[in-house]
Amino acid sequence: MASMPDVDLWGVPLAMLGGAIRVSTPFLFVSLGECLTERAGRVNLGLEGTLVLGAMTGYGAAYETGSAWLGVGAAALAGTLFGAVHGVVCRLPRVNDIATGIALMLLGIGLAFFFGKPYIQPVAPDLPAIPFGWWSESPQVRTALNVNVLFLAGCALAVALAWMFRATRIGLTIRVVGDSSDAARAMGVRTHTVRLLATAAGGALAGVGGAYLSLYYPGSWNEGISSGQGLMAVALVIFARWNPVRCLGAALLFGGAGALGPALQSVGITQGYHLFYAAPYVLTLGLLVATSSPTRALAGAPGELSISR
Amino acid sequence: MTAAAMHGAALSVLDGGLAAVRRRGEAVIIPVGALVAGLLAFAIFLAFIGRSPVEFYGLVYKAAFGSAFSWENTLARTAPLLLAALCTALPARLGMIMIGGEGAIVLGGVAAGVFAMSWPALPGALGIAGMAAAAALAGGIWIGAIGLVRHVRGVNETIASLLMAYVAVALMNHLVEGPFRDAGSLNKPSTAPLADGFRTGTIPGFDVHWGLAIGIAACVLCWILLERTSWGFAARIVGGNVRAAHVQGLPVGRLVVGFSVLAGSLAGIAGMVEVAAVHGAANASLAAGYGYTGILIAFLARHHMLAIIPVATLLAGFDAASGLVQRRMDLPDATVLVLQGMVFVSILAGEALHGRLTWLRGPARS
Repeated sequence: MASMPDVDLWGVPLAMLGGAIRVSTPFLFVSLGECLTERAGRVNLGLEGTLVLGAMTGYGAAYETGSAWLGVGAAALAGTLFGAVHGVVCRLPRVNDIATGIALMLLGIGLAFFFGKPYIQPVAPDLPAIPFGWWSESPQVRTALNVNVLFLAGCALAVALAWMFRATRIGLTIRVVGDSSDAARAMGVRTHTVRLLATAAGGALAGVGGAYLSLYYPGSWNEGISSGQGLMAVALVIFARWNPVRCLGAALLFGGAGALGPALQSVGITQGYHLFYAAPYVLTLGLLVATSSPTRALAGAPGELSISR
Repeated sequence: MTAAAMHGAALSVLDGGLAAVRRRGEAVIIPVGALVAGLLAFAIFLAFIGRSPVEFYGLVYKAAFGSAFSWENTLARTAPLLLAALCTALPARLGMIMIGGEGAIVLGGVAAGVFAMSWPALPGALGIAGMAAAAALAGGIWIGAIGLVRHVRGVNETIASLLMAYVAVALMNHLVEGPFRDAGSLNKPSTAPLADGFRTGTIPGFDVHWGLAIGIAACVLCWILLERTSWGFAARIVGGNVRAAHVQGLPVGRLVVGFSVLAGSLAGIAGMVEVAAVHGAANASLAAGYGYTGILIAFLARHHMLAIIPVATLLAGFDAASGLVQRRMDLPDATVLVLQGMVFVSILAGEALHGRLTWLRGPARS
């Protein structure tokens, strides 16, 4: 019994580590999607809406088909569709991609709530997790190291995207389109098509992030499932300097901040928990203020990007 | 002057007038056309899921604009929307896309509620003025801070303002559930109920609260500020071309921060109106999404201060009809969100048509 305070003391960092892995997955997928989109020279603020729509579609499809993986597929499809709409609308002359993102964010959330009403009660199958904590006796360690498959897929994807940008023809094409439309056109690349495809693929990733929310953690569909994770992921890409591997690190950092509130609550600290839940937003704002600059474009920013000019 | 020359001069004046009418025509026809296209898209959506669009729009008309009672309901909802739309439209005229009005609204409401709790003995008029000042201060600081970091650090104001809105809602929940919670509010944590003298009543002869008059006055005053004063002129130059504004020696930073503060104060007052005229105390009902509808209104009105008034009334009407539509047609409450989203996308896509409607431009000059 004398060791009880120790367990409580360790509880917070352990819960935060486990929480960081659990909470970071949607951040990771949305930020990789946004990274891909922005590398092609476009901003998609609508990924918050795509995330919520993906959460609803994923949950609904998993419930109807009985397969969590079909749910993930449906969420990716919904995300692709939404990304494509963003891409098509932004293709039009004089259309502002930031404003379009806001509109699609509201539309995505609206559609998700509209079609999601019947899925608030029923229980859909969960995504599987791998128990990396099997060696430990402690239930806290076991919970913390229970890692979802999608998190691992996200890590692999981050590395794969980084390799793609650095070493493949597709990656080079996307980077050229993102850095200079003129140069891309001179090379004979169809910039509009590349941007459209990158935006649609980015939407698909955000949709998968949403499916993770509803199918694993928190693991149910409701209208409060995401409050700004998609948007924070967009800010996170700026902080990660448009580098997919750094997106992974940043997502873990944000996941840790997001896990602070629940971790403190799990050891019985409930005072001011609304403020702890606000920690990730404050962290994002702090990082934005610290890393932005009024006079020069950020290092690593794609040249055609409307938020870094 | 010969008759022919006079005729020619008259024609060219007429021609110039026509061109102006056409330019203005474009500014009206494109948004209205896009609005109609958005409503049509929503009609198709309804038909697709097996509901009657005719019944939907018929119900909306009846519930929002069909009778004196429904007009009063609509106009009461117009009030906060006018102020929320100004919170996006004013900064937009300086080239900023500020979408965090919701944050300023909820904090304005909390500030008003806390003011009323702290000085409950003040006479009515002074109390209401104090609540308005507290709300304007809270909202002004909130949005002004975003203008400041945008100017000083080059932070993207769109992302920052939305993040600040989430922080504001968390802060509101903390304040009304914690330090300022009224012990009497059991199910719904709130600040103490307002004393009667702090409640803003209805406009005489008209069953709509004073918020509507405040909102309309704010739109008109903002229009005068922008279009008829040198500050407004300077602000519009900043919005048109920041470099030119710098070269002209305009105080860009002060304009950016000043207009952000003004925008936030107005949204804060929207929160105060909700507390003083509708809810009677500050609580989570303040986060009703007015800030987000305000973004759409500002874009629909193309950030024109006076155009906000009819557009806000229209969208308030959809809001007001939402309950009846839900009950009669068995549609979820998110129906209005879908409608708003479709209209929003349609409006933005409509931007592509500017300068392209050749029939509006008239015959080409030789």
